[in-house]
Amino acid sequence: MPDRKRFDPGSVATHAVLSLGALIMVFPFLWQLLTALKTLAETSRVPPTFLPEDWNWASFEEVFTALPFREMLTNSLINTIGRTLGQLVFCSLAAYAFARMQFRGRNVLFALFLSVLMVPSSLLVLPQYDIIQSLGLLNSAPALFLPGMFSAFGTFMLRQFFLSLPKELEEAARIDGAGSFRIFWSIMLPLIRPALAALAVITAMWSWNDLLWPLIVNTDPEKMPISAGLTSLEGQYETNYPVMMAGSLIASLPMLVVYLFLQRHFVQSVALSGSKS
Amino acid sequence: MSVFPATAAAKAAGRSRTSASGTRPGSRNQRSAYWFIAPLGLGFAVFYFWPLLQTLYFSFTEFGAFGGHTFIGTDNYLRVVKDVTVWQALGNTLIYCVIGLMALPVAIVVASLLNRRGLRGVSVYRALYFIPFVTLPVAVGLVWNWLYNGDFGLVNEILGWFGAERNYWVSDPSTAVYAIGTVMVWSTTGYYLVIFMAGVKGIPQDYYEAAELDGAGPLRRFFTITLPLLSPTIFFASVICMINSLQTFDLIYIMMAEKNPAIGDTQSVVGLFYKWAFIENAQGAAAALAFLLMLVIAALTYLQFRIQKRWVHYA
Repeated sequence: MPDRKRFDPGSVATHAVLSLGALIMVFPFLWQLLTALKTLAETSRVPPTFLPEDWNWASFEEVFTALPFREMLTNSLINTIGRTLGQLVFCSLAAYAFARMQFRGRNVLFALFLSVLMVPSSLLVLPQYDIIQSLGLLNSAPALFLPGMFSAFGTFMLRQFFLSLPKELEEAARIDGAGSFRIFWSIMLPLIRPALAALAVITAMWSWNDLLWPLIVNTDPEKMPISAGLTSLEGQYETNYPVMMAGSLIASLPMLVVYLFLQRHFVQSVALSGSKS
Repeated sequence: MSVFPATAAAKAAGRSRTSASGTRPGSRNQRSAYWFIAPLGLGFAVFYFWPLLQTLYFSFTEFGAFGGHTFIGTDNYLRVVKDVTVWQALGNTLIYCVIGLMALPVAIVVASLLNRRGLRGVSVYRALYFIPFVTLPVAVGLVWNWLYNGDFGLVNEILGWFGAERNYWVSDPSTAVYAIGTVMVWSTTGYYLVIFMAGVKGIPQDYYEAAELDGAGPLRRFFTITLPLLSPTIFFASVICMINSLQTFDLIYIMMAEKNPAIGDTQSVVGLFYKWAFIENAQGAAAALAFLLMLVIAALTYLQFRIQKRWVHYA
């Protein structure tokens, strides 16, 4: 029972430490916003001013002319949706088979699939690039999301959930004459919805934030996702900090909104990857 | 109750996989299982297993100016081992790894503070600490570069209050690697915090209450209860943290401009790989370098698993 009336020095000290930490975590973003709202001249003043003298919103418009910003945001969106949908479909199908079906070579195949988890992604990008190139897909939307649609982590995570479901449901459905796919689709899949949501949210974040792969396959600015696009802004606008900060803020915003709304699923997926590996 | 014998029969049918005749009850199930794993298997084959073999092949070849690979034996590996920049990059990467691990103690302390009985606002704190991890790495790199800026940066300004001298943090070769490492810690602490919060929650409150009755203070309780009982989680997190920081690329790529004088002192192995493979077109050597990195990751992970017996307590 928390007793609000009694003064608790320990609790005050705890809050003091935690708030200081939280301030360090959030302050850079606040500073980013304040910088974006300053004029270019004001950003180079010594000592730096905290609040902008005139609140100047022009930088938020300028990023859209400095870069094909709208296209880049769209590319990020396509990449994120492509990877997330792909993982949900492919991983849940395979996870279901590995968790609930008997077949020859199951354990060997599962071990083989899991081995993908252990290979550093940089080891694969050279041939992956060649494959995308030979498919004629360089500088296209599918180039961004194709390899990322298949995930060992997602398969592993969903399998854990399928394993926890009771057997009776499946058997009852089978007696009623339902086929494997039907059981999977209309009985088992809805039951692991929380896990699917958690996987979707974490995959979306990785896809939105990914940098190395997009830098390699899509070098045309019009085809880059925003993660790679912002680095070119850094090159061209080396000293225009308000524009760079405005661009960073807009680019981070979608994932921040997703995070704030779906926090529960983020936390769940992280805790899961922590406890079940 | 009638379900039970059926279950047992199904199990038996599944287990007796000696004959592959198509008449067993489980066989329809068995065949359709392959259809379930086929899409993912195909994707893995094309984008993971085949590329792995290809990289192995590349690492023994030289990539010609007009395309095509010529077999050159172990030359690439010799080049990698003899190249000073490789050893420098490996050294930098190990520094990132050590600095990156600093996120763990910070996260453990915050997690145990958040575990305090009756503390309010736990979810708000967790949300705030997690935000840097969710944010686009490019945005993180850009804002920190701005904070670190030698002329107009806030870091110099704040340190100036305490009498510290101005510094160009990310272009001074003696500080750049630590400046980037600090950002790594800052952006990953929230992730480990969530993992540790789950771990700390699993420790029964009775232990703390009993220790309190015996007169153990908060520090004593932290070192004799929280830390040992959290050690499996700490072990897991340190393995993940190590593997991730050995592959670090994004932040460094963003924070280091091409003309930065500290570039050699901050470049990671993956950064060097990117440069060789996609800028200098030395695909073979890059592939060999990637294998070297995998070897290092495997060796260090193995080492961690060996050492864990000495400090990880499984309840």
